[in-house]
Amino acid sequence: MLKQISVFVENRPGKLAEVTEVLYKNGVNLRAFTIAEAGDFGIIRMVVDKTDEAYSALRSAGFTVALTEVLAVEVKDEPGGLYQIAKALGDAGINIEYVYAFAFERERALIILKPSDLEKAKAVLEAKGFLFKEKFE
Amino acid sequence: MYWNPSVERMNQKDLVDLQNRKLKALVFYAYEYSPFYRRKFKEIGLNPWDFNGLKDLHKLPFTSKRDLRENYPFGMFAVPLSQIVRFHASSGTTGKPTVVGYTKNDIDVWVECLCRGLTSCGVTSEDIVQIAYGYGLFTGGLGFHYAVERLGASVIPASAGNTRRQIELMKDLHTTVICCTPSYMLYMSEVAREMGVDIRDTKLRMGIFGAEPWSEETRRRIEDKTGITAYDVYGTSELGGPLFTECVERNGIHIWADHYLIEIVDPETGEVLSEGEKGELVVTTLSKEALPLIRWRTGDITYMESDKCACGRTHPRIMRILGRTDDMIIVRGVNVFPSQIEHVLMQVPELGEHYVIILDRKPDGLDEMTIQVELSDRAKIDRTTDILELERRVEELLKEYLNVRAKVEIVNPGTLQRFEGKAKRIVDRRKI
Repeated sequence: MLKQISVFVENRPGKLAEVTEVLYKNGVNLRAFTIAEAGDFGIIRMVVDKTDEAYSALRSAGFTVALTEVLAVEVKDEPGGLYQIAKALGDAGINIEYVYAFAFERERALIILKPSDLEKAKAVLEAKGFLFKEKFE
Repeated sequence: MYWNPSVERMNQKDLVDLQNRKLKALVFYAYEYSPFYRRKFKEIGLNPWDFNGLKDLHKLPFTSKRDLRENYPFGMFAVPLSQIVRFHASSGTTGKPTVVGYTKNDIDVWVECLCRGLTSCGVTSEDIVQIAYGYGLFTGGLGFHYAVERLGASVIPASAGNTRRQIELMKDLHTTVICCTPSYMLYMSEVAREMGVDIRDTKLRMGIFGAEPWSEETRRRIEDKTGITAYDVYGTSELGGPLFTECVERNGIHIWADHYLIEIVDPETGEVLSEGEKGELVVTTLSKEALPLIRWRTGDITYMESDKCACGRTHPRIMRILGRTDDMIIVRGVNVFPSQIEHVLMQVPELGEHYVIILDRKPDGLDEMTIQVELSDRAKIDRTTDILELERRVEELLKEYLNVRAKVEIVNPGTLQRFEGKAKRIVDRRKI
Protein backbone atom coordinates (compact mmCIF):
# COMPACT_ATOMS: atom_id res chain seq x y z
CA MET A 1 0.00 0.00 0.00
CA LEU A 2 1.16 3.49 -0.81
CA LYS A 3 0.24 6.89 0.57
CA GLN A 4 -0.96 9.27 -2.06
CA ILE A 5 -1.16 13.04 -1.58
CA SER A 6 -4.24 14.86 -2.91
CA VAL A 7 -4.30 18.64 -3.21
CA PHE A 8 -7.36 20.76 -4.00
CA VAL A 9 -6.52 23.55 -6.48
CA GLU A 10 -8.55 26.08 -8.37
CA ASN A 11 -8.23 25.81 -12.13
CA ARG A 12 -6.28 29.06 -12.61
CA PRO A 13 -2.95 30.02 -14.19
CA GLY A 14 -0.04 29.56 -11.82
CA LYS A 15 -1.72 27.13 -9.42
CA LEU A 16 0.21 24.07 -10.53
CA ALA A 17 3.40 26.12 -10.34
CA GLU A 18 2.57 27.06 -6.73
CA VAL A 19 2.17 23.44 -5.73
CA THR A 20 5.24 22.16 -7.53
CA GLU A 21 7.32 25.07 -6.22
CA VAL A 22 6.61 23.94 -2.67
CA LEU A 23 7.72 20.42 -3.57
CA TYR A 24 10.83 21.67 -5.34
CA LYS A 25 11.88 23.91 -2.44
CA ASN A 26 11.54 20.98 -0.06
CA GLY A 27 13.52 18.61 -2.24
CA VAL A 28 10.55 16.35 -2.90
CA ASN A 29 10.67 14.17 -5.98
CA LEU A 30 7.51 13.11 -7.80
CA ARG A 31 7.02 9.44 -8.54
CA ALA A 32 3.57 9.52 -10.05
CA PHE A 33 1.32 12.44 -10.81
CA THR A 34 -2.13 13.12 -12.23
CA ILE A 35 -4.79 15.81 -12.17
CA ALA A 36 -8.49 15.08 -12.03
CA GLU A 37 -10.10 18.20 -13.41
CA ALA A 38 -13.68 19.32 -12.94
CA GLY A 39 -14.30 22.70 -14.51
CA ASP A 40 -13.38 25.41 -12.01
CA PHE A 41 -11.07 23.25 -9.98
CA GLY A 42 -9.02 20.10 -9.98
CA ILE A 43 -7.53 17.59 -7.59
CA ILE A 44 -3.84 16.95 -7.96
CA ARG A 45 -2.90 13.43 -6.93
CA MET A 46 0.65 12.30 -6.54
CA VAL A 47 2.97 9.73 -5.07
CA VAL A 48 6.27 11.21 -3.93
CA ASP A 49 9.52 10.02 -2.40
CA LYS A 50 9.13 11.97 0.86
CA THR A 51 5.46 11.80 1.69
CA ASP A 52 5.48 13.27 5.21
CA GLU A 53 7.67 16.22 4.26
CA ALA A 54 5.57 16.95 1.19
CA TYR A 55 2.35 16.74 3.21
CA SER A 56 3.45 19.15 5.92
CA ALA A 57 5.13 21.55 3.47
CA LEU A 58 1.96 21.79 1.37
CA ARG A 59 -0.20 22.23 4.47
CA SER A 60 1.90 25.01 5.86
CA ALA A 61 1.82 26.67 2.43
CA GLY A 62 -1.95 26.87 3.02
CA PHE A 63 -3.17 24.11 0.71
CA THR A 64 -5.93 21.67 1.58
CA VAL A 65 -4.11 18.35 1.47
CA ALA A 66 -5.33 14.81 2.07
CA LEU A 67 -3.42 11.57 2.45
CA THR A 68 -5.12 8.57 0.87
CA GLU A 69 -4.09 4.95 0.85
CA VAL A 70 -3.85 3.52 -2.65
CA LEU A 71 -2.50 0.36 -4.19
CA ALA A 72 0.32 0.09 -6.68
CA VAL A 73 0.42 -2.75 -9.14
CA GLU A 74 3.21 -3.57 -11.51
CA VAL A 75 2.00 -4.17 -15.04
CA LYS A 76 3.81 -6.67 -17.21
CA ASP A 77 5.17 -5.32 -20.47
CA GLU A 78 3.02 -7.60 -22.65
CA PRO A 79 -0.51 -7.63 -24.09
CA GLY A 80 -3.20 -8.18 -21.45
CA GLY A 81 -1.12 -6.80 -18.56
CA LEU A 82 -3.76 -4.37 -17.34
CA TYR A 83 -6.59 -6.68 -18.34
CA GLN A 84 -5.56 -9.33 -15.83
CA ILE A 85 -5.56 -6.85 -12.99
CA ALA A 86 -8.85 -5.27 -13.97
CA LYS A 87 -10.46 -8.67 -14.38
CA ALA A 88 -9.24 -9.90 -11.00
CA LEU A 89 -10.79 -6.91 -9.29
CA GLY A 90 -13.95 -7.00 -11.38
CA ASP A 91 -14.49 -10.67 -10.61
CA ALA A 92 -14.13 -9.93 -6.91
CA GLY A 93 -16.81 -7.20 -7.22
CA ILE A 94 -14.37 -4.41 -6.43
CA ASN A 95 -14.84 -1.06 -8.13
CA ILE A 96 -11.88 1.04 -9.24
CA GLU A 97 -12.57 4.66 -8.30
CA TYR A 98 -9.63 6.07 -10.21
CA VAL A 99 -6.41 4.88 -11.73
CA TYR A 100 -3.26 6.35 -13.23
CA ALA A 101 -0.07 4.92 -14.55
CA PHE A 102 3.60 5.80 -14.68
CA ALA A 103 6.86 4.34 -15.83
CA PHE A 104 10.02 3.92 -13.79
CA GLU A 105 13.44 2.36 -14.03
CA ARG A 106 13.29 2.65 -17.84
CA GLU A 107 11.34 -0.50 -18.62
CA ARG A 108 8.92 -0.99 -15.77
CA ALA A 109 5.39 0.38 -15.48
CA LEU A 110 3.23 0.79 -12.43
CA ILE A 111 -0.38 1.70 -12.04
CA ILE A 112 -1.76 3.41 -8.99
CA LEU A 113 -5.35 2.56 -8.21
CA LYS A 114 -7.93 3.50 -5.64
CA PRO A 115 -10.33 0.56 -5.17
CA SER A 116 -13.69 0.85 -3.45
CA ASP A 117 -12.58 -1.75 -0.91
CA LEU A 118 -8.92 -1.33 -0.14
CA GLU A 119 -8.35 -4.40 2.04
CA LYS A 120 -10.22 -6.75 -0.24
CA ALA A 121 -8.46 -5.45 -3.35
CA LYS A 122 -5.13 -5.80 -1.61
CA ALA A 123 -5.88 -9.44 -0.77
CA VAL A 124 -7.02 -10.22 -4.33
CA LEU A 125 -3.99 -8.62 -5.95
CA GLU A 126 -1.58 -10.10 -3.46
CA ALA A 127 -2.97 -13.58 -4.10
CA LYS A 128 -2.37 -13.09 -7.81
CA GLY A 129 1.12 -11.78 -7.13
CA PHE A 130 0.44 -8.39 -8.81
CA LEU A 131 0.94 -6.14 -5.83
CA PHE A 132 3.95 -3.86 -5.91
CA LYS A 133 5.77 -3.96 -2.59
CA GLU A 134 8.99 -2.06 -3.14
CA LYS A 135 9.58 1.32 -1.53
CA PHE A 136 10.04 4.66 -3.24
CA GLU A 137 11.66 6.48 -0.36
CA MET B 1 -17.04 42.97 39.03
CA TYR B 2 -18.66 46.30 38.31
CA TRP B 3 -17.16 49.59 37.22
CA ASN B 4 -20.03 51.70 38.58
CA PRO B 5 -22.13 49.30 40.70
CA SER B 6 -24.78 51.72 41.93
CA VAL B 7 -25.69 52.71 38.38
CA GLU B 8 -25.19 49.33 36.71
CA ARG B 9 -27.44 47.62 39.27
CA MET B 10 -29.92 50.47 39.75
CA ASN B 11 -33.42 49.08 40.09
CA GLN B 12 -35.35 49.24 36.87
CA LYS B 13 -38.02 51.64 38.11
CA ASP B 14 -35.41 54.21 39.15
CA LEU B 15 -33.66 53.69 35.81
CA VAL B 16 -36.86 54.45 33.91
CA ASP B 17 -37.50 57.54 36.10
CA LEU B 18 -33.99 58.74 35.34
CA GLN B 19 -34.51 58.19 31.59
CA ASN B 20 -37.80 60.03 31.74
CA ARG B 21 -36.25 63.09 33.38
CA LYS B 22 -33.24 63.07 31.08
CA LEU B 23 -35.43 62.70 27.98
CA LYS B 24 -37.52 65.73 28.94
CA ALA B 25 -34.35 67.71 29.53
CA LEU B 26 -32.96 66.55 26.18
CA VAL B 27 -36.01 67.85 24.31
CA PHE B 28 -35.57 71.29 25.88
CA TYR B 29 -31.84 71.21 25.26
CA ALA B 30 -32.22 70.25 21.61
CA TYR B 31 -34.91 72.88 21.04
CA GLU B 32 -32.82 75.55 22.71
CA TYR B 33 -29.37 74.81 21.33
CA SER B 34 -29.71 72.82 18.12
CA PRO B 35 -31.05 74.84 15.19
CA PHE B 36 -31.60 71.55 13.39
CA TYR B 37 -33.92 70.10 16.05
CA ARG B 38 -35.69 73.40 16.66
CA ARG B 39 -36.59 73.43 12.97
CA LYS B 40 -37.63 69.78 13.07
CA PHE B 41 -39.81 70.24 16.18
CA LYS B 42 -41.47 73.29 14.66
CA GLU B 43 -42.23 71.38 11.47
CA ILE B 44 -44.22 68.80 13.42
CA GLY B 45 -45.66 71.31 15.89
CA LEU B 46 -43.92 69.91 18.94
CA ASN B 47 -43.70 72.26 21.91
CA PRO B 48 -41.13 71.12 24.52
CA TRP B 49 -43.48 72.28 27.30
CA ASP B 50 -46.13 69.82 26.14
CA PHE B 51 -43.73 66.88 25.89
CA ASN B 52 -44.47 64.20 28.48
CA GLY B 53 -41.27 62.19 28.51
CA LEU B 54 -41.07 58.50 27.71
CA LYS B 55 -44.74 58.05 26.94
CA ASP B 56 -44.42 60.67 24.19
CA LEU B 57 -41.19 59.23 22.80
CA HIS B 58 -42.95 57.99 19.67
CA LYS B 59 -43.97 61.59 18.86
CA LEU B 60 -40.37 62.64 18.41
CA PRO B 61 -39.00 62.66 14.87
CA PHE B 62 -36.38 60.16 13.73
CA THR B 63 -32.87 61.33 12.88
CA SER B 64 -31.03 59.59 10.06
CA LYS B 65 -27.63 59.48 8.45
CA ARG B 66 -29.05 61.73 5.73
CA ASP B 67 -29.68 64.47 8.29
CA LEU B 68 -26.03 64.33 9.31
CA ARG B 69 -24.87 64.43 5.70
CA GLU B 70 -27.14 67.32 4.76
CA ASN B 71 -25.93 69.30 7.74
CA TYR B 72 -22.27 68.50 7.18
CA PRO B 73 -20.10 69.51 8.88
CA PHE B 74 -21.45 71.41 11.91
CA GLY B 75 -25.15 71.94 11.23
CA MET B 76 -26.32 69.54 13.93
CA PHE B 77 -23.92 70.60 16.67
CA ALA B 78 -25.54 72.03 19.79
CA VAL B 79 -22.44 73.69 21.24
CA PRO B 80 -20.06 76.34 19.92
CA LEU B 81 -16.93 74.90 18.31
CA SER B 82 -14.85 76.26 21.17
CA GLN B 83 -16.36 73.56 23.38
CA ILE B 84 -15.47 70.74 21.03
CA VAL B 85 -12.41 68.84 22.19
CA ARG B 86 -12.28 66.21 19.48
CA PHE B 87 -13.66 65.29 16.07
CA HIS B 88 -14.11 61.90 14.51
CA ALA B 89 -15.39 61.21 11.01
CA SER B 90 -16.85 58.27 9.18
CA SER B 91 -15.07 57.09 6.08
CA GLY B 92 -17.98 57.84 3.81
CA THR B 93 -17.89 54.41 2.17
CA THR B 94 -21.66 54.45 1.91
CA GLY B 95 -21.97 58.10 0.88
CA LYS B 96 -20.69 61.55 1.82
CA PRO B 97 -18.56 61.53 4.96
CA THR B 98 -20.11 62.53 8.27
CA VAL B 99 -18.34 64.30 11.08
CA VAL B 100 -19.03 64.01 14.80
CA GLY B 101 -17.78 66.22 17.64
CA TYR B 102 -17.34 65.72 21.37
CA THR B 103 -17.24 68.02 24.37
CA LYS B 104 -15.02 67.12 27.30
CA ASN B 105 -18.05 65.65 29.04
CA ASP B 106 -19.01 63.63 25.92
CA ILE B 107 -15.60 61.97 26.01
CA ASP B 108 -16.02 61.26 29.73
CA VAL B 109 -19.40 59.60 29.17
CA TRP B 110 -17.97 57.56 26.31
CA VAL B 111 -15.06 56.38 28.43
CA GLU B 112 -17.40 55.63 31.35
CA CYS B 113 -19.67 53.49 29.15
CA LEU B 114 -16.83 51.48 27.69
CA CYS B 115 -15.14 51.05 31.09
CA ARG B 116 -18.36 49.54 32.41
CA GLY B 117 -18.40 47.16 29.44
CA LEU B 118 -14.74 46.17 29.68
CA THR B 119 -15.14 45.48 33.39
CA SER B 120 -18.28 43.45 32.72
CA CYS B 121 -16.38 41.07 30.47
CA GLY B 122 -13.54 40.74 32.91
CA VAL B 123 -10.85 43.20 31.81
CA THR B 124 -8.96 44.49 34.86
CA SER B 125 -6.07 46.82 35.59
CA GLU B 126 -3.80 43.77 35.41
CA ASP B 127 -4.47 43.29 31.69
CA ILE B 128 -2.31 44.24 28.74
CA VAL B 129 -4.62 45.33 25.97
CA GLN B 130 -3.53 45.42 22.34
CA ILE B 131 -5.73 47.78 20.38
CA ALA B 132 -5.73 46.68 16.75
CA TYR B 133 -8.61 48.88 15.69
CA GLY B 134 -7.55 51.76 13.46
CA TYR B 135 -6.44 54.93 15.26
CA GLY B 136 -7.42 58.22 13.72
CA LEU B 137 -10.73 59.49 12.45
CA PHE B 138 -12.29 56.07 13.07
CA THR B 139 -13.56 55.88 16.66
CA GLY B 140 -12.42 52.30 17.33
CA GLY B 141 -8.77 52.87 18.18
CA LEU B 142 -8.96 56.01 20.31
CA GLY B 143 -12.25 54.93 21.89
CA PHE B 144 -10.72 51.79 23.33
CA HIS B 145 -7.47 53.59 24.07
CA TYR B 146 -8.96 56.08 26.50
CA ALA B 147 -11.21 53.54 28.19
CA VAL B 148 -8.43 51.01 28.71
CA GLU B 149 -6.19 53.73 30.14
CA ARG B 150 -8.93 54.92 32.49
CA LEU B 151 -9.39 51.33 33.61
CA GLY B 152 -5.73 51.29 34.58
CA ALA B 153 -4.80 48.42 32.25
CA SER B 154 -1.81 48.74 29.91
CA VAL B 155 -2.43 49.84 26.34
CA ILE B 156 -0.51 48.66 23.30
CA PRO B 157 -1.69 51.16 20.68
CA ALA B 158 -0.91 48.88 17.74
CA SER B 159 -3.65 50.26 15.43
CA ALA B 160 -4.79 48.14 12.49
CA GLY B 161 -2.48 46.50 9.98
CA ASN B 162 1.09 45.22 9.91
CA THR B 163 -0.09 41.81 10.98
CA ARG B 164 3.27 40.13 11.59
CA ARG B 165 4.22 42.98 13.89
CA GLN B 166 0.92 42.55 15.75
CA ILE B 167 1.79 38.94 16.46
CA GLU B 168 5.32 39.78 17.56
CA LEU B 169 3.95 42.45 19.90
CA MET B 170 1.37 40.02 21.23
CA LYS B 171 4.10 37.51 22.01
CA ASP B 172 6.81 39.83 23.28
CA LEU B 173 4.65 42.20 25.36
CA HIS B 174 2.44 39.45 26.84
CA THR B 175 -0.81 40.82 25.46
CA THR B 176 -3.78 39.39 27.37
CA VAL B 177 -6.65 41.15 25.58
CA ILE B 178 -6.98 42.09 21.91
CA CYS B 179 -9.48 44.51 20.38
CA CYS B 180 -10.12 44.37 16.63
CA THR B 181 -12.68 43.28 14.03
CA PRO B 182 -13.55 39.57 14.14
CA SER B 183 -12.43 39.10 10.53
CA TYR B 184 -9.04 40.61 11.37
CA MET B 185 -8.69 38.23 14.31
CA LEU B 186 -9.25 35.28 11.99
CA TYR B 187 -6.67 36.67 9.61
CA MET B 188 -4.20 37.21 12.45
CA SER B 189 -4.56 33.60 13.52
CA GLU B 190 -3.67 32.49 9.97
CA VAL B 191 -0.63 34.71 9.87
CA ALA B 192 0.41 33.51 13.33
CA ARG B 193 0.30 29.96 12.10
CA GLU B 194 2.43 30.85 9.06
CA MET B 195 4.93 32.40 11.47
CA GLY B 196 4.92 29.19 13.50
CA VAL B 197 3.20 30.89 16.47
CA ASP B 198 0.37 29.10 18.25
CA ILE B 199 -1.82 31.74 19.87
CA ARG B 200 -2.60 29.20 22.60
CA ASP B 201 1.03 29.44 23.69
CA THR B 202 0.77 33.22 24.17
CA LYS B 203 -0.77 35.02 27.12
CA LEU B 204 -3.75 36.15 25.05
CA ARG B 205 -6.95 35.19 26.87
CA MET B 206 -9.67 37.42 25.52
CA GLY B 207 -10.75 39.37 22.46
CA ILE B 208 -13.29 42.16 22.12
CA PHE B 209 -14.54 42.13 18.57
CA GLY B 210 -16.87 44.42 16.69
CA ALA B 211 -17.27 47.16 14.04
CA GLU B 212 -18.91 44.61 11.72
CA PRO B 213 -21.76 42.12 12.19
CA TRP B 214 -20.56 38.62 13.05
CA SER B 215 -22.19 35.36 14.01
CA GLU B 216 -22.14 32.90 16.89
CA GLU B 217 -20.48 30.38 14.55
CA THR B 218 -17.66 32.84 13.88
CA ARG B 219 -17.29 33.27 17.64
CA ARG B 220 -16.89 29.51 17.99
CA ARG B 221 -14.34 29.38 15.19
CA ILE B 222 -12.25 32.17 16.69
CA GLU B 223 -12.37 30.46 20.06
CA ASP B 224 -11.47 27.03 18.61
CA LYS B 225 -8.57 28.40 16.62
CA THR B 226 -7.06 30.61 19.29
CA GLY B 227 -8.24 29.29 22.65
CA ILE B 228 -9.35 32.79 23.71
CA THR B 229 -12.78 33.97 24.84
CA ALA B 230 -14.47 36.25 22.30
CA TYR B 231 -16.79 39.11 23.30
CA ASP B 232 -18.95 41.32 21.14
CA VAL B 233 -18.77 45.13 21.28
CA TYR B 234 -21.22 47.61 19.79
CA GLY B 235 -21.18 51.28 19.03
CA THR B 236 -21.26 53.76 16.18
CA SER B 237 -19.43 57.03 15.71
CA GLU B 238 -22.69 58.97 15.81
CA LEU B 239 -23.50 57.58 19.26
CA GLY B 240 -19.91 58.08 20.37
CA GLY B 241 -17.87 55.10 19.26
CA PRO B 242 -17.40 51.65 20.75
CA LEU B 243 -19.64 51.93 23.83
CA PHE B 244 -21.31 48.69 24.80
CA THR B 245 -20.11 45.11 25.23
CA GLU B 246 -21.37 41.76 26.33
CA CYS B 247 -20.87 40.85 29.97
CA VAL B 248 -19.45 37.47 31.04
CA GLU B 249 -22.92 35.95 30.63
CA ARG B 250 -22.67 36.63 26.87
CA ASN B 251 -26.42 36.97 26.66
CA GLY B 252 -26.62 40.22 24.75
CA ILE B 253 -24.91 43.59 24.87
CA HIS B 254 -25.80 45.87 27.78
CA ILE B 255 -26.90 49.33 26.67
CA TRP B 256 -26.25 51.82 29.47
CA ALA B 257 -29.73 53.20 29.92
CA ASP B 258 -28.70 56.24 31.98
CA HIS B 259 -26.95 57.59 28.87
CA TYR B 260 -28.74 55.92 25.94
CA LEU B 261 -32.40 55.15 25.36
CA ILE B 262 -33.14 52.36 22.90
CA GLU B 263 -36.12 51.26 20.83
CA ILE B 264 -36.57 48.66 18.13
CA VAL B 265 -38.65 49.81 15.16
CA ASP B 266 -39.91 48.33 11.93
CA PRO B 267 -37.38 49.62 9.38
CA GLU B 268 -40.09 50.12 6.76
CA THR B 269 -42.89 51.76 8.76
CA GLY B 270 -41.00 53.17 11.76
CA GLU B 271 -43.55 51.53 14.05
CA VAL B 272 -42.18 50.64 17.49
CA LEU B 273 -41.83 46.88 17.98
CA SER B 274 -42.09 45.01 21.22
CA GLU B 275 -39.40 43.11 23.06
CA GLY B 276 -38.00 40.12 21.22
CA GLU B 277 -39.16 41.34 17.80
CA LYS B 278 -36.48 41.88 15.20
CA GLY B 279 -36.14 45.35 13.76
CA GLU B 280 -33.93 48.39 13.45
CA LEU B 281 -32.18 49.69 16.55
CA VAL B 282 -33.10 53.32 17.27
CA VAL B 283 -31.14 55.20 19.92
CA THR B 284 -31.72 58.51 21.70
CA THR B 285 -28.67 60.00 23.41
CA LEU B 286 -29.50 61.18 26.93
CA SER B 287 -26.17 62.75 27.87
CA LYS B 288 -24.50 63.96 24.70
CA GLU B 289 -23.80 67.69 24.54
CA ALA B 290 -22.04 68.37 21.25
CA LEU B 291 -24.20 66.26 19.00
CA PRO B 292 -27.41 65.19 20.72
CA LEU B 293 -29.36 62.68 18.64
CA ILE B 294 -33.05 62.01 18.96
CA ARG B 295 -34.31 58.64 17.76
CA TRP B 296 -31.19 57.95 15.71
CA ARG B 297 -31.75 55.27 13.07
CA THR B 298 -28.66 53.08 13.47
CA GLY B 299 -29.47 50.90 10.45
CA ASP B 300 -28.54 47.86 12.57
CA ILE B 301 -31.02 45.00 12.79
CA THR B 302 -31.35 43.30 16.18
CA TYR B 303 -33.85 42.69 18.98
CA MET B 304 -33.83 43.65 22.63
CA GLU B 305 -34.46 42.11 26.02
CA SER B 306 -34.86 44.11 29.19
CA ASP B 307 -35.21 41.55 31.97
CA LYS B 308 -32.45 41.64 34.55
CA CYS B 309 -29.29 39.85 33.42
CA ALA B 310 -27.77 37.02 35.46
CA CYS B 311 -24.71 39.26 35.94
CA GLY B 312 -26.84 41.53 38.14
CA ARG B 313 -26.99 44.45 35.71
CA THR B 314 -30.42 45.93 35.13
CA HIS B 315 -29.75 47.75 31.86
CA PRO B 316 -31.45 46.41 28.73
CA ARG B 317 -29.58 44.24 26.24
CA ILE B 318 -29.53 44.07 22.49
CA MET B 319 -28.84 40.69 20.91
CA ARG B 320 -26.42 40.03 18.08
CA ILE B 321 -26.53 42.49 15.21
CA LEU B 322 -28.15 40.41 12.46
CA GLY B 323 -27.25 42.79 9.69
CA ARG B 324 -27.65 46.33 8.49
CA THR B 325 -30.66 47.78 6.76
CA ASP B 326 -28.27 49.15 4.13
CA ASP B 327 -26.31 45.96 3.46
CA MET B 328 -29.41 43.92 3.09
CA ILE B 329 -29.22 42.24 -0.29
CA ILE B 330 -32.36 41.84 -2.33
CA VAL B 331 -31.99 38.86 -4.65
CA ARG B 332 -34.98 37.99 -6.78
CA GLY B 333 -37.20 39.80 -4.33
CA VAL B 334 -35.92 37.95 -1.26
CA ASN B 335 -34.20 39.89 1.52
CA VAL B 336 -30.89 38.39 2.54
CA PHE B 337 -28.36 39.60 5.11
CA PRO B 338 -24.70 38.63 4.69
CA SER B 339 -24.74 37.54 8.34
CA GLN B 340 -27.35 34.89 7.50
CA ILE B 341 -25.10 33.55 4.76
CA GLU B 342 -22.19 33.54 7.18
CA HIS B 343 -24.32 31.66 9.68
CA VAL B 344 -24.89 28.89 7.12
CA LEU B 345 -21.30 28.70 5.88
CA MET B 346 -19.80 28.52 9.34
CA GLN B 347 -21.89 25.47 10.17
CA VAL B 348 -20.02 23.46 7.56
CA PRO B 349 -16.73 22.21 9.00
CA GLU B 350 -15.15 21.64 5.59
CA LEU B 351 -15.34 25.37 4.85
CA GLY B 352 -12.97 28.12 5.95
CA GLU B 353 -13.91 31.51 7.41
CA HIS B 354 -13.52 33.72 4.38
CA TYR B 355 -16.20 34.28 1.78
CA VAL B 356 -17.40 36.77 -0.82
CA ILE B 357 -20.95 37.28 -2.06
CA ILE B 358 -21.10 38.18 -5.74
CA LEU B 359 -24.28 39.48 -7.32
CA ASP B 360 -24.79 39.42 -11.07
CA ARG B 361 -27.70 40.21 -13.31
CA LYS B 362 -28.08 37.74 -16.13
CA PRO B 363 -29.13 38.91 -19.62
CA ASP B 364 -32.65 37.62 -18.94
CA GLY B 365 -32.88 40.08 -16.02
CA LEU B 366 -32.69 37.50 -13.26
CA ASP B 367 -30.32 38.07 -10.38
CA GLU B 368 -27.72 35.50 -9.62
CA MET B 369 -25.92 35.16 -6.34
CA THR B 370 -22.58 33.39 -6.23
CA ILE B 371 -20.83 32.69 -2.97
CA GLN B 372 -17.12 32.06 -3.12
CA VAL B 373 -15.90 30.42 0.02
CA GLU B 374 -12.53 29.06 0.96
CA LEU B 375 -12.08 25.39 1.66
CA SER B 376 -10.86 24.64 5.16
CA ASP B 377 -7.27 23.48 5.11
CA ARG B 378 -8.42 20.63 7.34
CA ALA B 379 -10.94 19.23 4.87
CA LYS B 380 -10.15 15.80 3.45
CA ILE B 381 -10.53 16.02 -0.30
CA ASP B 382 -9.41 13.23 -2.60
CA ARG B 383 -12.01 13.11 -5.37
CA THR B 384 -13.52 15.82 -7.53
CA THR B 385 -16.93 14.62 -6.41
CA ASP B 386 -15.96 15.48 -2.83
CA ILE B 387 -15.90 19.14 -3.86
CA LEU B 388 -18.96 18.94 -6.09
CA GLU B 389 -20.95 17.24 -3.34
CA LEU B 390 -19.78 19.79 -0.79
CA GLU B 391 -20.83 22.65 -3.08
CA ARG B 392 -24.22 21.05 -3.58
CA ARG B 393 -24.66 20.45 0.14
CA VAL B 394 -23.93 24.10 0.94
CA GLU B 395 -26.26 25.24 -1.83
CA GLU B 396 -29.03 23.15 -0.32
CA LEU B 397 -28.39 24.54 3.15
CA LEU B 398 -28.54 28.08 1.79
CA LYS B 399 -31.75 27.33 -0.05
CA GLU B 400 -33.29 25.87 3.07
CA TYR B 401 -32.17 28.68 5.34
CA LEU B 402 -32.48 31.76 3.09
CA ASN B 403 -35.04 30.56 0.63
CA VAL B 404 -32.91 31.79 -2.24
CA ARG B 405 -30.81 29.92 -4.73
CA ALA B 406 -27.11 30.67 -4.65
CA LYS B 407 -24.25 29.12 -6.55
CA VAL B 408 -21.39 28.04 -4.33
CA GLU B 409 -17.81 28.06 -5.56
CA ILE B 410 -15.15 26.58 -3.37
CA VAL B 411 -11.74 28.22 -3.65
CA ASN B 412 -8.29 27.54 -2.23
CA PRO B 413 -7.60 28.56 1.37
CA GLY B 414 -5.87 31.91 1.65
CA THR B 415 -6.92 33.24 -1.75
CA LEU B 416 -9.82 35.58 -0.94
CA GLN B 417 -9.07 39.12 0.13
CA ARG B 418 -8.35 39.73 3.84
CA PHE B 419 -9.40 42.87 5.68
CA GLU B 420 -7.68 44.74 8.47
CA GLY B 421 -10.72 46.83 9.29
CA LYS B 422 -14.34 46.22 8.38
CA ALA B 423 -14.69 43.34 5.95
CA LYS B 424 -16.28 44.09 2.58
CA ARG B 425 -17.89 40.87 1.52
CA ILE B 426 -20.37 41.93 -1.13
CA VAL B 427 -19.48 42.48 -4.77
CA ASP B 428 -22.56 43.81 -6.56
CA ARG B 429 -22.00 43.63 -10.31
CA ARG B 430 -25.64 44.21 -11.19
CA LYS B 431 -26.21 47.10 -13.53
CA ILE B 432 -29.52 48.64 -12.65
